[in-house]
Amino acid sequence: MKKNWTKFLVVALSVMMVFAMTACGGGSGDSGSSEGGDNALHLGGVGPLTGPAALYGNAVNNGAQLAVDEINAANPDGVQLVWDMQDDEHDAEKSVNAYNKLVDDGMQVLVGTVTTAPCTAVAAEAFEDRMFVLTPSASGPAVTEGNDNVFQLCFSDPNQGIASADYIKANYADKTVGVIYNNADNYSTGIYDKFKSEYEADGKKLAAVEAFSDDANADFTAQLNSMKNAGVDLIFLPIYYTPASNIMTQANKMGYAPTYFGVDGMDGILDLEGFDTSLAEGVLLLTPFTPYSDDAKVQDFVKAYEDKFGETPIQFAADAYDCVYAVYDAFGKTGLGTDASSADICEAMIKVFTGGDFTASGLTAETMKWNAEGEVDKTPKVCVIQDGKYVEQ
Amino acid sequence: MADRLFKSINARGLRGAVKGSEYKKEALISYGILVIGYILLQLGAMTGLIGHNLQGQFVPICVYISLAISLNLVVGISGELSLGHAGFMAVGAFTGIVITRVLENSIEFGPLRLIIAILAAAVMAAIAGFIIGIPILGLRGDYLAIVTLAFGEIVRNIMNVLYFGLDNNGHLKFAFNHTIEGIDTSQRVITGAIGATGVTKLATFTGAAILTAFTLFVVLNLKNSKQGRAIMAIRDNRIAGESIGLDVKKYKLMAFVVSASLAGMAGCMFGQNYSTLAPVKFNFNTSVLILVFVVLGGIGNIWGGMIAAALLTVLPEALRQFADYRMLTYAVVLILVMIGTYNPAIRARITAFVNKIKPKKKDKGKEKTGKEAA
Repeated sequence: MKKNWTKFLVVALSVMMVFAMTACGGGSGDSGSSEGGDNALHLGGVGPLTGPAALYGNAVNNGAQLAVDEINAANPDGVQLVWDMQDDEHDAEKSVNAYNKLVDDGMQVLVGTVTTAPCTAVAAEAFEDRMFVLTPSASGPAVTEGNDNVFQLCFSDPNQGIASADYIKANYADKTVGVIYNNADNYSTGIYDKFKSEYEADGKKLAAVEAFSDDANADFTAQLNSMKNAGVDLIFLPIYYTPASNIMTQANKMGYAPTYFGVDGMDGILDLEGFDTSLAEGVLLLTPFTPYSDDAKVQDFVKAYEDKFGETPIQFAADAYDCVYAVYDAFGKTGLGTDASSADICEAMIKVFTGGDFTASGLTAETMKWNAEGEVDKTPKVCVIQDGKYVEQ
Repeated sequence: MADRLFKSINARGLRGAVKGSEYKKEALISYGILVIGYILLQLGAMTGLIGHNLQGQFVPICVYISLAISLNLVVGISGELSLGHAGFMAVGAFTGIVITRVLENSIEFGPLRLIIAILAAAVMAAIAGFIIGIPILGLRGDYLAIVTLAFGEIVRNIMNVLYFGLDNNGHLKFAFNHTIEGIDTSQRVITGAIGATGVTKLATFTGAAILTAFTLFVVLNLKNSKQGRAIMAIRDNRIAGESIGLDVKKYKLMAFVVSASLAGMAGCMFGQNYSTLAPVKFNFNTSVLILVFVVLGGIGNIWGGMIAAALLTVLPEALRQFADYRMLTYAVVLILVMIGTYNPAIRARITAFVNKIKPKKKDKGKEKTGKEAA
């Protein structure tokens, strides 16, 4: 027995290391709650700050930070907001970890998560913990399904698909339409399903439909050839901007120049490094926000954002900005103090959001209302890219 | 040649003699880590010392430990490099999800459903391991690694186009395309590359710890059995093994199938811990991650792999305070640890230090260096 004791020492040290790490986490949690003492509501955010979808996560982080700073500066004696965003790398497992870390740090309301699949995993945890969730951009129907505490500020995917199909039928009736979508993605298939059923509702047919998955999003030659052979001159792309940029670059090399129609995932294509943005000229996209709008509120926001972060905000930043204001307004209506538990805040916020007379106003729409399923009701807009800018149609 | 063979067989015989005490030591440390870790974490969770963040990782930690143990059976004990462990994990995870969903209405008691699902996952993963094992175990070294890598990719790509759904009578149907006849989209259990959503979570820390103990039990006992010694003899010298009448293919297949089956069980537990699970989770990166646990813990060293798995699972979360530099810090730490534990100079220093603080016993030091050389 005696000769084993050094090995046990190693083991004990390792176990202690794990505990030391936890202690670090616990320590920062304490500092978080002490901040909570000075009349502050703790908002948490979860999203991809690194990895392929990082542009969205960072936009949400910046947009929310801007709104938090504005609210805090405008009303130094009132309810202050504290914003903390954690990285999830667009992975469900890590998203749950990030969410739990925020819970440890005393988060009271979650503004997130940014992308759909991680949000579905986090929503289940938040439902059990009774944490109020308002996501700026997770648009999948699975996010709100069965979770009375989860609300979306963006359109749900089905609604984007329906709105896109209606718009194309009304304005591009003579075009031959094809679709390239990502069948490995809730977001993309969700939009595609509804787009197809809405587009084909009155006898029209999609000329070609091609799919790809996350692991094969570099080479689109096969899909593009199929589009070309079917005579497609308008491709609907319910996908994120990175694969979309590859599609545009490769189509250009093939000498194929169809019209592209994207949804909100296309937003951000003009800021993609290493992409020739002239290829995106004439791209149509469904987006609730354009930084080139004449609206005074939007102009103020864009200027403040550019001054602070040195780049033009994308739709996700505006969504997050609106989320923070919506949460702030709704929290004001609950009549609760900032020392209320997240569960109490959750129940009160659900009542406010589904009460029927609560409307939020922001950059992405004049009026936003929510139904009991957690879906938002607002008017969609379609923009076209001209001279490297979004122009409202 | 004959001389070398004789030496090798002789060495094997000698090693077999010291096996008993070595086995006891290894088993004691491995079970010790598990039991102490379980009690400490459970106490920490009860007293509130451990926050949500770490509590949420209890099940993944157990799962990754199980995976590290089972991969060690192939990499360490059988001596073959496998890069497709996540594939078996995927088979187990999705089998488990389908089984629990089908039984949801007939068996109310959650843990029983979980046990049935885990058993089914073990069988399915074992079948997958058997099918893939037969043709490839004739291959050696790099070739085996490449084929197992391909296997992992094949499994994931099949999962990408596989759809499961329940019809109105509760019968399971599946298809390889977007629509399953007679099944509404809301009745889908697994939707191709999107994977499963709306999973009723059945995994608990205690359940996962028991699974880890079971994995440990199987691997340690196999290692210490007649079959285990045969597997290791073949690893050390295939020709010598064959010359004394060992069926090389049979023993290699045995290690491979048992390892696959255990990985399937761990995968099942993993799948039951999240409300959503997509095939992309089981990509090449996950296979490599498990291999990193094994290599970092010392190939063939069961409890080393356990500690490596636990620490590397917790590490990215513990580094959250580095914000933007988190994953960079993780990579740097990983490199430093790898260099640190494999650098002969540093190892010699650690050994010297250990020998210094150790109660004086002369033969102990010899045994230590002997083990390292092996």
